[in-house]
Amino acid sequence: MVKIHIAIVGSGPSGFYAAEALLRSDLNVEVNMIEKLPTPFGLVRSGVAPDHPKLKQSILVYDRILKQDGMNFFGNVTVDEDISVEDLLKTHHGVIMACGAPLDNKLNIAGENLQGSHAATAFVGWYNGHPEYRDEQFDFKQKTAIVIGHGNVAADVCRILSKPVSELKKSDIAEHALEALAESQIREIHVVGRRGPVQAKFSPKELRELADISNITTEVDENDCEIGEQCKVELSDPKNISSGKNLELFRSFPALQTSPERPPHQLRKIKFHFYLTPQKIHGAETVQGMSFLKNQLGGQAFSQTVISTGETEHIPCGLVFRSIGYRGVPFKDIPFNDDQGKIPNKEGRVIKNGKALPGVYVTGWQKRGPSGIIGTNRADSIETVVCLLADMAGVEKTPKSGSNGLTAILKKQQVQIVGLDDWLKIDTSEIARGKKFGKPREKFTRVDEMLDVLSV
Amino acid sequence: MPHIVTENCQSCRFTDCVSHCPVECFHEDDERLYINPDVCVDCGACIPACPVQAIYDVVDMPEDKDPWIKVNAERSKTLPVIMSKQEPLSTAEARRTELGL
Repeated sequence: MVKIHIAIVGSGPSGFYAAEALLRSDLNVEVNMIEKLPTPFGLVRSGVAPDHPKLKQSILVYDRILKQDGMNFFGNVTVDEDISVEDLLKTHHGVIMACGAPLDNKLNIAGENLQGSHAATAFVGWYNGHPEYRDEQFDFKQKTAIVIGHGNVAADVCRILSKPVSELKKSDIAEHALEALAESQIREIHVVGRRGPVQAKFSPKELRELADISNITTEVDENDCEIGEQCKVELSDPKNISSGKNLELFRSFPALQTSPERPPHQLRKIKFHFYLTPQKIHGAETVQGMSFLKNQLGGQAFSQTVISTGETEHIPCGLVFRSIGYRGVPFKDIPFNDDQGKIPNKEGRVIKNGKALPGVYVTGWQKRGPSGIIGTNRADSIETVVCLLADMAGVEKTPKSGSNGLTAILKKQQVQIVGLDDWLKIDTSEIARGKKFGKPREKFTRVDEMLDVLSV
Repeated sequence: MPHIVTENCQSCRFTDCVSHCPVECFHEDDERLYINPDVCVDCGACIPACPVQAIYDVVDMPEDKDPWIKVNAERSKTLPVIMSKQEPLSTAEARRTELGL
């Protein structure tokens, strides 16, 4: 059987589930997975919070896929720098883009660039030891932080900012983050969203986890939990179970504070604010506070938008973390929808000028935008691979050089390819470093450190 | 705490959960599916994927469904893993209607 060569760009969950589906097909497939960093696993390594070790166990599945026959890892290779998509198409029958949505949406308000105003992604990358965020600085001498956004990344940020460091130190959190968080003076975290408790995008599990942190209080204004008719319609939809659970949780917060199980002294408080649109971040050089326009909801259930009441609210703070959506990165030779921050596609076939771009596919957040959780990517990648395989009829007439051709191009560019065995060395070394501290691993946080492991 | 397949998973076998599971923790017999609690990573992606709302996080599960915890743990040990989504049973749509979903 003629071998079909497929390149996957990106090594996060969506990339691995695409590889899995390809390697399970009836065809003879070679998969070449290309990753910018020397380390695989994308957001499972650098996004999933260190205190969620169980979720990180999906790496066991990816590790199995990496070691499968027909699978090759090309780490430390940057598409558009070390190799073009055009060259990938010359050497492969198909290219699947699986690069996620690493950029963050901006608030687009005055003061956004003041010192102390950060993207939540930068904080998450920093505490997870992602090399690109290694040198971020956060001023934890501040007493008050505002987190903008009511999704799970916002919840992660709140949890890592508020959890006692003693509960993080046995996790795989980066050592530099642990040291900085141990000195944190933060006492109040305000979590702000434009719409109401029914529209909040938290998974109920994440919200409950915040309420369960031992040394904090979770607060809401009880009036905010009085909901209108259209919200009740939203809650009555059986598909909308999470919103109902979230509302129940928000309503339970006041009683939690007086529960006898709570220790009497709480170090920190997390307050949830609703119906507030960011207006301005105040300060001369550093963040001093933030003002918001108050809203009410208008329109029909499931498409309720915000209408300003004309009133404003001001919250003094020294830190702002925005977590209001994420965007993909554009690549040369591939169309990009700048409004949506993703690659235009139909069921994973990349669409250019209304037509499928031959041989180019997309999956994961780069395909559907930043929604869903790890498992959502499996169904998504299966859909993409079904389309790709359907397009492969007759490709035997055009043999491709696959991994040999790819290696030759990269060698010519003097790229140091980090292959599977190299990654396994880095992996072993990280686990050994972690042992000293009783952690599952101590990640290398600079690319040079990772490559140094391979030179000995 | 693991996720649990409960009584709504009966006479349908939509099996959408299987495509959404990142770790292949579903096991099958002819009637229904079961989650292996030792493999499940608690991501919750299967919950909204199930057309008959059969799957719960234990924390949110009504108490009368508690016996299903044991059923899932025990049955998943002996039954085969289901690796990909399959055609639903012919009774599947009737089942969904019966449940009002």
